[in-house]
Parts: sequence; C-alpha cells; structure tokens
Amino acid sequence: MKRVVNTSVLTVFSLCLAGTCAAQGEPAAAPRPPAPSLVPLKGPTQRVDSRGFLHRWRVLEPVPVAGRLTEAAVKEALQLAALPGAEAGRAWHEIETAHYNVNLYHFAWSLSKPTSNVLFWVETTVESPREMHDVRLAIGSNAASRWWLNGEPIIALNDDRQSVIDDGVSRRLTLRKGRNVIRAAIINGGGATDFCARFLDDKDQPLTGLDVTLRAE
Amino acid sequence: MLKRILGCAAMMLALPAHALDGETIVHDPSTVILHAGRYYTYGTGNGLPALVSDDGWTWRRAGSLMSALPGGKAGPEVLARGGSNTWAPDVIHIGDKFFVYYSAPATQPRSAIGLLVGKTLDPQSPDYQWEDAGPVVWSDGVEDSNAIDPGVLSGPDGRLWLTYGSYFGYIRLVELDPKTGQRRFPRQPPVNIAINSEASILIYRDGWYYLLVTHGSCCQGANSTYNIRMGRSREVTGPYLDNMGIDMIEGGGKLFAASRGRHVGPGHFGLLEVGAGVEKFSLHYEADLDRGGVSVLDIRPLLWRDGWPIAGDNLVAGTYSIESARTGTVLELAVQGFPVGGFRARRPPAAGSGPPPEPVAGPPIANQEPSQVASNWAASTGVRLAPAMLQAQQKWVIAPVDNGGGYPGAPYFRITVAGTERSLTATAGGELTAASFSGAPEQLWRIDQLTDGTYRIVAKSVPGMSETLALSAVGSSMPTLSKFDPASDRQRWLLGAP
Repeated sequence: MKRVVNTSVLTVFSLCLAGTCAAQGEPAAAPRPPAPSLVPLKGPTQRVDSRGFLHRWRVLEPVPVAGRLTEAAVKEALQLAALPGAEAGRAWHEIETAHYNVNLYHFAWSLSKPTSNVLFWVETTVESPREMHDVRLAIGSNAASRWWLNGEPIIALNDDRQSVIDDGVSRRLTLRKGRNVIRAAIINGGGATDFCARFLDDKDQPLTGLDVTLRAE
Repeated sequence: MLKRILGCAAMMLALPAHALDGETIVHDPSTVILHAGRYYTYGTGNGLPALVSDDGWTWRRAGSLMSALPGGKAGPEVLARGGSNTWAPDVIHIGDKFFVYYSAPATQPRSAIGLLVGKTLDPQSPDYQWEDAGPVVWSDGVEDSNAIDPGVLSGPDGRLWLTYGSYFGYIRLVELDPKTGQRRFPRQPPVNIAINSEASILIYRDGWYYLLVTHGSCCQGANSTYNIRMGRSREVTGPYLDNMGIDMIEGGGKLFAASRGRHVGPGHFGLLEVGAGVEKFSLHYEADLDRGGVSVLDIRPLLWRDGWPIAGDNLVAGTYSIESARTGTVLELAVQGFPVGGFRARRPPAAGSGPPPEPVAGPPIANQEPSQVASNWAASTGVRLAPAMLQAQQKWVIAPVDNGGGYPGAPYFRITVAGTERSLTATAGGELTAASFSGAPEQLWRIDQLTDGTYRIVAKSVPGMSETLALSAVGSSMPTLSKFDPASDRQRWLLGAP
C-alpha cells in the first residue's frame, strides 16, 4: 500500500520522520527543519515556469543501493530498487520546488534519510492541451538517471555527473493530449543530488504551455 | 579487418587536402559563382576557358565563354584600346544580368578591360548569349596603370565598384552603373587605392570595405611567390590600411593566404557566399604539387577574426575529437567507457597505518585502442555526447568517400569510430546511430568550416526527410539532427586532435 505525504503541511515531514525511524528501530533524532528549497503545494495543478521547468513531483523516500554509476551498476540498482517492491516501508511525498531543480539532498536530509548511495523514484503528470509532436524531454540529474514517459524508456544517463540543464535529452516524442506520466530513477553515489526537467518543442525551445498535476489517473 | 582499418587511418593522416576534384586546371579564375544549381568560373586563356561543377567539388572544362561571341573574340573597341589576349575575368550577377569583366592586354601595360553582358551562364539555356559591351577602362601603356585583373563588388548600398590593375602602376577603383555595367562617371578619374599588386577585389562586411590583392610573382609554377594580402577602409575609396596601419598605396598589406602544404602561390581571391553563416573563397594556386605543379582552382573556408578575414583550410582526413561548441562534450559511441590506462587512484594505497605515499611518475600510458576495450561494446549502439576522456569510443576517423560527391571545396566524408566500421548514420526522424559503413547517403557528411572556425556537419540525406539537417547538440549528452541555425552554438563543432 502506497503511503503518500503532502508537504503542504511541512510538519508532516517530521511525523513521517518519527514514524520511519521508529519502524526501523533507530534511536529517535531531533526533527530536522524542512527542506529549504521545497514549498507547499498550491492548487491541484501548476503551470510549468517561464523556462518550462516542472516544479511539482511525487518523490519516494530514498532506496539504498550500491551507489556505483556505470551502466551495469545502474541496471543492478534498478533491479534492486524496482517498484513496487521499493515502496515497502517508504512513503511517497508530494513536493514542489521553489527553484528550477528539485534538490533531493534537501528532501532526504530533512527526512533524516540517507543521501548517498541511494536511488530516488520520482514521478509527475503533465497535462498537454493538445497532441504535440516532435517534443523532447530534457533533464539534468545528479547523478545517473533513467527516465520513462508513459511507460516508454526515453533517457539514460550513467556515471557521476552534476545536474546540468538539458543534459540528457530524449529523441523526438509525441505528447498525447491530456495526461502524460513521467517517471524517473535518480541514482546518487555521494554528495549532492538533484534533478531538473522540462520539455522542448520542435525547435528545441522550452515548452511552456503545460500544466503539472500529481494525479496520474 | 581491424588492422587494415587502422592502417588506412594512419595513411589518411598523411593525406593532404586536395584542391578540388576533376578538371581543375585554371589560372586567374573569376570569382566562383552559383547559378541555376551549377558553379562556374572562367580563367585566363583563349576565349576565357570555363570550368563548371554540379556540386562545387568535381569540376569539368566547358569550352570558353567567348565562343558564344560573334567571331569568338573581343569586339573592335576593346581590341583598339587593349589587345587580343583574354585574361583574368571576374563575373557578377546584378538583377537579371551577368556582367563579365575581362582583361584584354596588348603589350603591357597597354590594356583594356572589356565587358560582356548575358542573361545566363548556362550554355544549354535558350537565353545563353553574350553581348560585347565594349571596353570599360583601359591603360594607354604610358600612364601608371595596367588595366588588367578586374574585380567587382556590389556594395551594401547597391553601388557597383570595379578595381583593376597590376604592377605597372596603381590598383584603381571606378564606380559602375548597375544597369549597364559601364562606368557610372566616365569623366571622373579613377581612384588609386594600392600599388605593388594585382588581382584586386573588394568585399564588404560590417561597415568595412576590404581590399584583397595578390602580391608576389605569378606564372612560374612552384617558383611563384604569389600570396594574397589585404587592407581595409571605412570608405570604399580608401585609404586601405593593413593591420599595422600601413596604406596599401604605399605597399601595405596584411597577409591573408600564402603557400602551404602542397599548394604554392595562392592568388586571385573571390568571395563565395554559401549562405546560412558559411562563407568561402575561390582562388588558384600557381602550383599544385599533387598534380605535377600545374595551376589549379580551389575553394576554401573564409573565417573572420578581430575584424579581419582569415583563410581557412579544408578539412584534412584524420582522426578527430568532435566537440560541441555548445556543451564542450564530445561525440562518442554510446558504450561504457574505460579509463585510459585502467582505474587508478590519485595516490597509491597506504602501507600499514601511515599516510598514503605521494604519487610517482610512471612510464607513458599508451593511447587506448578499440582492441583493448571493444569486447564490452554492444553490437548495436547509438551515439551520445560525453566529457572528453581520450577513450577509444571518442575518436573518429573522418575520411573522404570516393565517388560520394561533394560541395564547394570538399568531398563528402564518412565519420567512423577509429578502428571500427561503426559510422555516424542519420536515421529516420532526424536522429542518429552508429552503423556499419555502407556508403549510403545517410552516412555521408558535409563538413563546412564556419566563419568562427568551428564546423557545421550536415547529413547528405536523412531517411524519409527532404530537409537538410545538421549535427546538433540538443543537450550536453544528446546529439541529434536539426535545421542549422547560424545564431546558435548547437550546430557548431570543434574538430581537433583527440
């Protein structure tokens, strides 16, 4: 059963923190402050920003993996942390970033979760006003990542890397009218971890007329 | 197979850039001009011999321009002012007319520059004919002028200018009437703008007029000292100063092109605007050492730096890193890389409880070859961009393809991972992969050097698409094909030693 936490009430982080720690039998620690780059959700949908970045995501609490980042190691991590098994004992959090990127280090640290040698599952739903051809999903991720659109694998980045705008870019895609589900796995070795994502139009310019919701169905 | 390919790659490193293909012998060529899908130039010789090309790379002789004139020679007024020789023409397209200016010297410095007017350069066209429009300028054999070597510019304001002259006196400038091709103000004396040179021509860019001339001696094969020099001025009438402030009328001239490699004596500059940010220039070499030392036509990239044109070089076959000017990442086969020389910590591991020892230099690490690492490569892979790490999947052999055709100045190339047959291939929908080389048009690449020195890499054909598409860094890790945008770094690439 999925556990979903809405960060519109940031104290939920602390409740989750306490619950998770208790479940794992770890000594209770003082609640950490909320992630400084995450803000409360406002309204059921959110328009992408003026540069096309998607700000609203569901993020699963991090899954420990080996943290190696070669192509083979990433495949192993995806098998180890495959859904839905990885959801056991972990909550999904509905988050919204104040910046162009989602700082997963902030996210995990505020929950007293590990930030190194972990895999984060993230997902969101983009509402397209019409069918759009020859668009691309363009992402940056720290570190390796795999991305799917409506279940189709579209981007694969390996190796230790920083989150660079438009680093991994998909081939030309079709956004269907209505809801399109993006899912990604971000695998971090050590240190900072974050990602950003936007769509590009058929001229490789940011696509700005999209709404983001967290309801896939 | 691998050894054979590696051997070929090593050989290709030694190959010079050819000065075009086919029948390229010419002296004093007119500015190469594109008309109705063909490229044309005319040179010194009986009746102004013509060279024609369908693609700008492979050329053929195509008779002479004056064979279309009554009597096959200059008219009586030209002969009266000059002589019966026909040398060093230049051609320009103004409105619905072509103006051909040609040298008609007698015993120098007595000479005239004649004008031919026509509607088309295509001898197969029903409109093909030339009108003898008589002499435009001349030198009487006494004055400080030798009226040969015309060069024509249509300026930014539509005014038409002719420069001419040779070593017997000044390089001179007169204004022409764009309607007739004749002098606009025939009673005004010409303006003297340079000395000690010939083969002059003007070009214009960003508020500057550039006067390009040829210094040195011609016509002695590999003993010729021809070299192209230049000055610039805000006013078309000069003064034309070089980079050191020396007026070309006092012998100044910044070097533009000199002898290099297997080509001796460049001369007779002509601007060829290819469009979309690509500029090239035509010229001849007094001696092409690869063709027995004859004088041949060439077309080369024109670059710009600090307000001066730079003579670029056509790409030489070799092994290259292909780096995106946008992202700084390099094109690679999409396979897991392996560090050159293997995994290595910055410092050796500590022995016991002490600190790790300082690193000590070891023997040189050999370059990484595919034979060392390709066993882990998937049989079928795409391409991507990645940080340059000198790894085998990042080294590309760029080599001309025999009988693959070409474009102004160069042949189509294949782009293949060194030591393999995996070649850059355009796929349906405008994406990319690496496939075994078959010679298909989607594996042939046009590589033009742009005015900033970077390169544009264009697929000869993209399956299912009629549009011309260029290699583009749509992301730091993702190459694709897209329409070339001169204003963007996406489709600009640096080719260098890996």
